[in-house]
Amino acid sequence: MKSIPAIIGAALLVTAGIVAPLLATEIPQGARRSGYSFTAPETQAIQNDDTANPGMLSVLDGASLWKDKAGALSKACADCHHDAGVSMRGVAARYPAFDQALGRPVNLEQRINLCRVRNQQATPLAYESHELLALTAFVAEQSRGVAIETGADPQLEPFITKGRDLFMHRQGQLNLGCTNCHDDNWDKHLAGSAITQGQPTGYPLYRLEWQSLGSLERRLRSCMAGVRAQPYDYGAPELVELELYLMSRARGMPIETPAVRP
Amino acid sequence: MASALINVPAKAKRGEIIEIKTLMSHIMETGYRRTATGELIPRNIITSFSCRYNGAEIFRADLFPAIAANPFITFFTVATESGKFDFDWIGDNGFAESASALITVE
Amino acid sequence: MRDSLNEKAAMREPDTSTRREFFSQFLGLAGGTAALGAVSVLTLRPAEATPAMLATAIRNVTGAAVVKTGKVRLDIPPLVENGNTVPMTVSVTSPMTPDDYVKSIHVFNEKNPQPNIGNFYLGPRAGRGQISTRIRLADSQKIVAIAQLSDGSFWQTSVDVIVTLAACTDEVI
Repeated sequence: MKSIPAIIGAALLVTAGIVAPLLATEIPQGARRSGYSFTAPETQAIQNDDTANPGMLSVLDGASLWKDKAGALSKACADCHHDAGVSMRGVAARYPAFDQALGRPVNLEQRINLCRVRNQQATPLAYESHELLALTAFVAEQSRGVAIETGADPQLEPFITKGRDLFMHRQGQLNLGCTNCHDDNWDKHLAGSAITQGQPTGYPLYRLEWQSLGSLERRLRSCMAGVRAQPYDYGAPELVELELYLMSRARGMPIETPAVRP
Repeated sequence: MASALINVPAKAKRGEIIEIKTLMSHIMETGYRRTATGELIPRNIITSFSCRYNGAEIFRADLFPAIAANPFITFFTVATESGKFDFDWIGDNGFAESASALITVE
Repeated sequence: MRDSLNEKAAMREPDTSTRREFFSQFLGLAGGTAALGAVSVLTLRPAEATPAMLATAIRNVTGAAVVKTGKVRLDIPPLVENGNTVPMTVSVTSPMTPDDYVKSIHVFNEKNPQPNIGNFYLGPRAGRGQISTRIRLADSQKIVAIAQLSDGSFWQTSVDVIVTLAACTDEVI
């Protein structure tokens, strides 16, 4: 009887072998590239110059929100965290991170909202609202140049696995997984656009297409719509797990927030 | 919430040509877009930008819906004397923002 | 937030033939076939400026004056990554002295809903007859830059720009 599972196992391997050419080849460490390197020089120039980078306008707004008192406790972020340049340095490079109370990972936007609810007794800010993006961009900008280390916490392991599974999973009417473009075809083009590796090094970022700042979740939802899949809702555990996998996949790459992309 | 970013050199030599860069947050709604239900979104743009150097206008621009969101405008001037640059943006729906920057000319 | 879709409707005419061709290649990898007629989504489009509108807009600036070719240089990427934000620099050859300087720079387009992009007024104190900004281009088209010098003369240049479409845009569901 013991041999049956072995036979099934072998059969699965054979099946896997057959589909292998369509399965992902993960990008070797040394070959990883930021989306920056795929953009045109004139777009890179916008990111290179803080005065030209419209994402910096949101960072400025975030700096002022950081000092605004909010909620029933009338407390500002700065009242607890003081100088963001010190207290927030490196924080974005560790997100999404495990939240003990929730027992699951939360992204930076969710962390800011949890902090508002728990410590300021304020209402959470809406996903993609100017305020939430501005605060997130301000916090993330403090980690500019810091190497991403998301996923070091062993509690995150099962969630990274789930995120990776979603990344590999074919979905939508086009039946494409993230991996089919961003692992296997990142040196090619999709119409006029370069296919990048999907390294989320600069979020929230200013996308020329959006003409505004947007979160990684907004970008992921665009991608899902692109393959004609039903995008997950903002804040859905699946999206956060995907973010977590992507950030852990980008470990060692420097944070660029606020990046500029086409 | 309107933020502006201005880049003017803090110091310059007399007679030096300096570059001034300005970035103002604004949606620059064209007036040609429609909502999901088909209604036209009214135009909401910055229509005018100007710069004064110690009170005298040195640069002015008329902007149209074809200027990208968060208008970025750069131009040059000769650093003649120490003082102040005043920047003004005026637009639809009573939009009026200003900013200033100081320069020391040696 | 979901406005970029409408924006595209208003600002662009997708080049569906190119997209289809490409997608059919791309889909080969997924084992699928064409059809994502996809992204042709946005066939809505406003009236675009006509050559006559462009000519009128230019005449409103130049009047009856003859517009000569030369002295003006327009730097703009010939192949644009995204038409919503296109960096552009106009520079005019001029000594920029009190007697001989650039009075103004005017930029026009051929196919946006409106022919005007911007008017920029300089003077002898500018030191350099040059401005930069970022513009929107609804489609591949011709951009015209015209400068008026202090002697009243007008000079122009034009550049053809190809605008590519983003592959993955916002939610279309």
